[in-house]
Amino acid sequence: MRTCTPRGTTAAAVLALLAVLALAPCALAQNNGQNEGQNTDSNASEATPATSESPAPANDATVESGRDAQASDEPGDTAEAQAGADGESEPGADTGEDEDSTEYAATIAELADASYPEKRDILNRLVANPNAHTAELLTAFADNRLVVRESDQTIFVAAEERDETYVLRDPITFEAAGKAATRDFEPVRTNVGLRGSIESGQARLRLQADDAETRLAAVETMTEKLDDTAADALRAHRPEESDDAVREAIDRALAINDLNTGDNAAKLAAVERLSGDFNQMVYNRLNNILLLIPEDTEDRDQAQLRAAVAAEVERIDWWRGVYDQLETLFFGLSLGSILVLAGIGLAITFGVMGVINMAHGELIMLGAYTAFVMQQLLPGHVGLALVLAVPAAFVVSGLVGILIERSIVQWLYGRPLETLLATFGVSLFLQQLVRTVFTPLNRSVSAPEWMSGQLHFNDMFALTENRLVIVAFSLAVFAALILVMNRTSLGLKVRAVSQNRDMARAMGIRTQRLDALTFGLGSGIAGIAGVALSQLTNVGPNLGQAYIIDSFMVVVFGGVSNLWGTLVGGLSLGVLTKFLEPHTGTVLAKILMLIFLILFIQQRPRGLFPQKGRAAEGS
Amino acid sequence: MRHSNHGPVLTRMLGDTGSLIFVVVLIALTVAVPLCNVYLPEASALHVTDYTVALIGKYLTYALLAVAIDLIWGYCGILSLGHTAFFGLGGYAMGMYLMRQIGDRGVYGNPVLPDFMVFLDWEHLPWYWHGMDIFPFAMAMVVLVPGLLALVFGGLAFRSRVTGVYFAIITQAMTYALMLAFFRNEMGFGGNNGLTDFKDILGYELSADGTRNALFVASGVGLLLGFLIARFIVTSRLGRVLEAIRDAESRTRFTGYRVAYYKLWIFTVSAMLAGVAGALYVPQVGIINPSEFSPIASIEAVVWVAVGGRGTLYGAALGAGAVNFAKTWLTGAYPEIWPYALGILFVAVTLFLPKGIVGLVSQLRRRMRRKEPS
Amino acid sequence: MKNWTKHTLITRWVAPALLAAGGLGSAHAADGDANADVECPIKVGVLHSLSGTMAISESTLKDTALMLIKQQNEKGGLLGCDLEPVVVDPASDWPLFAEKARQLLAQEKVDVVFGTWTSVSRKSVLPVFEELNGLLFYPVQYEGEESSRNIVYTGAAPNQQAIPAVNYLMNQVGIERWVLLGTDYVYPRTTNKILEQYLKDQGVADSDIMVNYTPFGHSDWQSIVSRVKAFGSMGKPTAVVSTINGDANVPFYKELANQQISAADIPVVAFSVGEQELSGIDTDPLLGHLAAWNYFQSIDTPANERFIENWHDYTGDDDRVTNDPMEATYIGFNLWVKAVKKAGTTDVDTVIDTLPGLKVDNLTGGTAELLPNHHITKPVYIGEITDNGQFSVVWETDEEVPGDAWSDFLPESAKLKADWVDLDCGHYNTETEECSGQMSDMAEDEE
Repeated sequence: MRTCTPRGTTAAAVLALLAVLALAPCALAQNNGQNEGQNTDSNASEATPATSESPAPANDATVESGRDAQASDEPGDTAEAQAGADGESEPGADTGEDEDSTEYAATIAELADASYPEKRDILNRLVANPNAHTAELLTAFADNRLVVRESDQTIFVAAEERDETYVLRDPITFEAAGKAATRDFEPVRTNVGLRGSIESGQARLRLQADDAETRLAAVETMTEKLDDTAADALRAHRPEESDDAVREAIDRALAINDLNTGDNAAKLAAVERLSGDFNQMVYNRLNNILLLIPEDTEDRDQAQLRAAVAAEVERIDWWRGVYDQLETLFFGLSLGSILVLAGIGLAITFGVMGVINMAHGELIMLGAYTAFVMQQLLPGHVGLALVLAVPAAFVVSGLVGILIERSIVQWLYGRPLETLLATFGVSLFLQQLVRTVFTPLNRSVSAPEWMSGQLHFNDMFALTENRLVIVAFSLAVFAALILVMNRTSLGLKVRAVSQNRDMARAMGIRTQRLDALTFGLGSGIAGIAGVALSQLTNVGPNLGQAYIIDSFMVVVFGGVSNLWGTLVGGLSLGVLTKFLEPHTGTVLAKILMLIFLILFIQQRPRGLFPQKGRAAEGS
Repeated sequence: MRHSNHGPVLTRMLGDTGSLIFVVVLIALTVAVPLCNVYLPEASALHVTDYTVALIGKYLTYALLAVAIDLIWGYCGILSLGHTAFFGLGGYAMGMYLMRQIGDRGVYGNPVLPDFMVFLDWEHLPWYWHGMDIFPFAMAMVVLVPGLLALVFGGLAFRSRVTGVYFAIITQAMTYALMLAFFRNEMGFGGNNGLTDFKDILGYELSADGTRNALFVASGVGLLLGFLIARFIVTSRLGRVLEAIRDAESRTRFTGYRVAYYKLWIFTVSAMLAGVAGALYVPQVGIINPSEFSPIASIEAVVWVAVGGRGTLYGAALGAGAVNFAKTWLTGAYPEIWPYALGILFVAVTLFLPKGIVGLVSQLRRRMRRKEPS
Repeated sequence: MKNWTKHTLITRWVAPALLAAGGLGSAHAADGDANADVECPIKVGVLHSLSGTMAISESTLKDTALMLIKQQNEKGGLLGCDLEPVVVDPASDWPLFAEKARQLLAQEKVDVVFGTWTSVSRKSVLPVFEELNGLLFYPVQYEGEESSRNIVYTGAAPNQQAIPAVNYLMNQVGIERWVLLGTDYVYPRTTNKILEQYLKDQGVADSDIMVNYTPFGHSDWQSIVSRVKAFGSMGKPTAVVSTINGDANVPFYKELANQQISAADIPVVAFSVGEQELSGIDTDPLLGHLAAWNYFQSIDTPANERFIENWHDYTGDDDRVTNDPMEATYIGFNLWVKAVKKAGTTDVDTVIDTLPGLKVDNLTGGTAELLPNHHITKPVYIGEITDNGQFSVVWETDEEVPGDAWSDFLPESAKLKADWVDLDCGHYNTETEECSGQMSDMAEDEE
């Protein structure tokens, strides 16, 4: 009996052998069953995917030993190729199977004491030479359900039950192996890299699936993690593939692979095949070719290849430039829309009413906490809670705003600088209130499904969905506000009071009530902004502080009493910052923006869109 | 001064009882505290501990900052929400001097470069650090740098008639930009950690009792001089123009005064006073870091003035002392709830004491006088 | 002059003011005296921000310290005395830290202080502790490059966190390209400098290292994350080493999730993100990202189980998590208790002399020994974020790593060494064989 234990310790190997011997009858039976299956159904690709019968057990001994030699010093790669090739060979003798299953078991046993690179190696060997339960085994492995019994270093697949016991299964046959206390076991650790390898291993197994879509997905996964192992597996599978789309995908993957490993002609063909493909891997590999071939190469074929590649790279670069600009623009708009959202409430309280509301940031914060509370109230309905949080936050922040107006601000009209001091006190108070109620720790607000992920245009250009939603949301809030101000009687009265308070009162407007409502409106919108911000940043007591200064800047930049000014001001500050950032770095971009703002105000002391109003009269 | 109708300068400056009391108390404090600290035994009821000396010394520098703010806000109606920028710049100038005084006693033993430059691999001292080891030069920078910034910034702002809220917001932008800039380690000011680990000033060890008392006296004298300068200005003819600008800027302009120049002048003076306050502050607290520039700190300083009583100068100083004492006391005694107390205090003062503590005092006095007419 | 010499006025206003000023001083003086004579109770200062930006992190440590003090009292106190906590709030305001430290040491006359979090707050109080000869236990991972006689550093130095983490990524995950992201202050700057040097020593090319700094509380990560994505898509396995501080982390991770960078594509290993930070984030998109610490709540030892249980009892909240700085506080507290017991006094000088060499159990089944450089030995764990907001350990060092005050990977600091037992110096220059530039301090110490 010959086993392959290149890196495992001898002790582990011996133990593993014992274990294998004990299990041999089962394994034998299993393999026999498989062989029968294979004999009746020679087309391997039509076997069922999950318990996929692999061709591997059907090897003859000579191929077997050859593979072992290679597998031991060069993990995976060549063994894989062999396995692919073996697939078409004749079913072998029983002795081969026996050795095979022993080897399989020994490979698993190695896991007990392997470093991550070794585990990856083991994994590749398992996939190259799978049994009926390999897919299940890999799933268990990825889910951290493989455990090692500390006493004898035996590997099991475990499912944790209550009372700290494991229900164990044999990793090879997946037969029940009793129960045991968890403390006797150590998990077989996995990390991110290894789980990636497991995933591509699973994809390789899924290449044999019945369903063309599963196979297509498998090919795509393998393309993403394309390496020699994957390429060989794809190449081996290519002739058996019946589905056109899958074949197409395989060809593309192989072409990408050819860019690295093919000969000159293959590379040239691949370049043509992949023309117009924006995949990052293609781009990297094309650039690699440019690096490898000197510009003044004598070889005519090489020169031809280089020219083709250079043309392609130039084309991609051009598109990249375009998409980069588009992306920056989007980033800028999205930053700008946050600024607009944070500032627009202030444009009403500060711009229209002339109140320097330092507690504006805290009203935003209250909105964010409302989103948190709503999600707590409606567990399991993340999205619904968030949608409902919008009106709820409007009401909460709006009511707090009205309370502030009635109790404090109404006594201070016409003295904007004193409103600053009083509301500064309010802001300290609210922050501490939140600290007392919700603790100073940040709270977690989840993102709903429809706000996580990207809108994929092509391999080079994708926009994040939550930013898109927020840009749209802030525009919607803005539009609603404009409608309220221009089309409703409330808006009419607000404008009337802001332009001439005495005259408005003479016309029968109850200015006191109106002041409270206006302040409430501005505050409520701050609350709505908070809901949006809860999707982007910390929900904590300091949330407001982070946005208050920016909000004032935006409003002043736009021209205080003009909502359109806030919109244009916010968006343009956002875009400008984002276009500066790549050249200057984040901090410097911000500093430059502030200097720009100072100089701008000095040139146009009334902002972008100066307008008459209470605040505009000066103080 | 020809037009002033109150006779000798000193009488004019201290003609107002509040100012008089303030000056007397301040002088008494400046003399008494160090004496009580050094000469009275610890057991004595009147002994002042080192901690209290350092604390009051710090309040004195805050008071000077408050006086500087009141000078422009109370008398000229210019609300600066960025005055800690000048305070911080003065502080950094002093900090740089103190850093250079460390010499080769830093942990890396580099005779020229401060520690933070050594471990960030700076090879040369940046140009703006040169000369800062010379005390007179550094002290000149303490007033010149804030003064120059105020001159340029104010020049641009006042020329184009940026006033009121707009001015307040752009001063906030200014101090915010400075804060971000000083946070940058590339600036060569120690980034977030700022300048710290000072050893001595003018050859005297900073942690020595004598030095601490000397710094205390210096702060007292600084505040006194700052106060007198401010009083001198506001009681002069110039002060009247400033008040006119405060009350009716356009009308003053139409009367033929170059409003922008007056404002610029007073703004620059105020910035220099703030710079001096910062320079006195740094050796006493032992650290200067960019958070001194934070807009919130500026707003807090304005709140001191409002709490004390705007437009009286001594009220501002009083407010700085009172608010900071409250903060010191509350953060120790009620660490969990002090922000409530402070928040309510600010609201209450604005609503019920529009003239601050000083206003309350004069109100009470008036009431008392009415009760027992003399 | 005639109208300013109103005697009535002076008697009415000036005298009370003077009295008040005197009273201020005397009240404090009385406080001081009362404690100077009495040994009991033993006062323990707690200097953590309860308001302002740092309250998020620091308020937990205040609770931890109070819990430990309470437990110690339940066990009968220390040297027959009860421990009395003195809590103050430095409000995330650095100069206020110095003031409060002075208050604790000079006014309250505390015997020991547990406190501070950020480097700047520690730097701010350091001169005060040295001047007034106090004792501070500092419980947070930091950049190193410091060793004070009056401070005991129970958090990780860079060699106990950053370098093992990079080693893990390099050897176990096979990372070849590195993005060092940090907040622009001294901890990330120093750590990244050390890492850069280390990576270059390991043969990583300059072009495979990207360094980026952002301001505090940075919230708009779109461009940076997009650049990281581009940097990581060049065909070599790439990882992000994050020294991003506190508040900026949430928007950073959210942006990673938004741009669909999963841990399998570009793993992020963070040095400032622990269980507590995770409790404020929706962890689903973060699965598999890493953190390097010396403690994880998920580590299954009896000591840790007991600690977590106590913590839940104390806070009355079974969802409260524990984290690394809490363990550091725990270790620091136990070291101090052990030293006081051994010395039989709370006298700072005696305790400082007793401390080096003491060993206490940590929560992960090992021991923490206080080294002569005032740092401790710690195991290093690399954990992956799991869906319950915890970390599952994927790698750990075989044994505790001794904390190194002066990094070997910075040219100027490599020649320094700290030893408070034999050399009585925090920055002894091994080339010139003297305590760099501290002649005056040395003289002072000899007094």
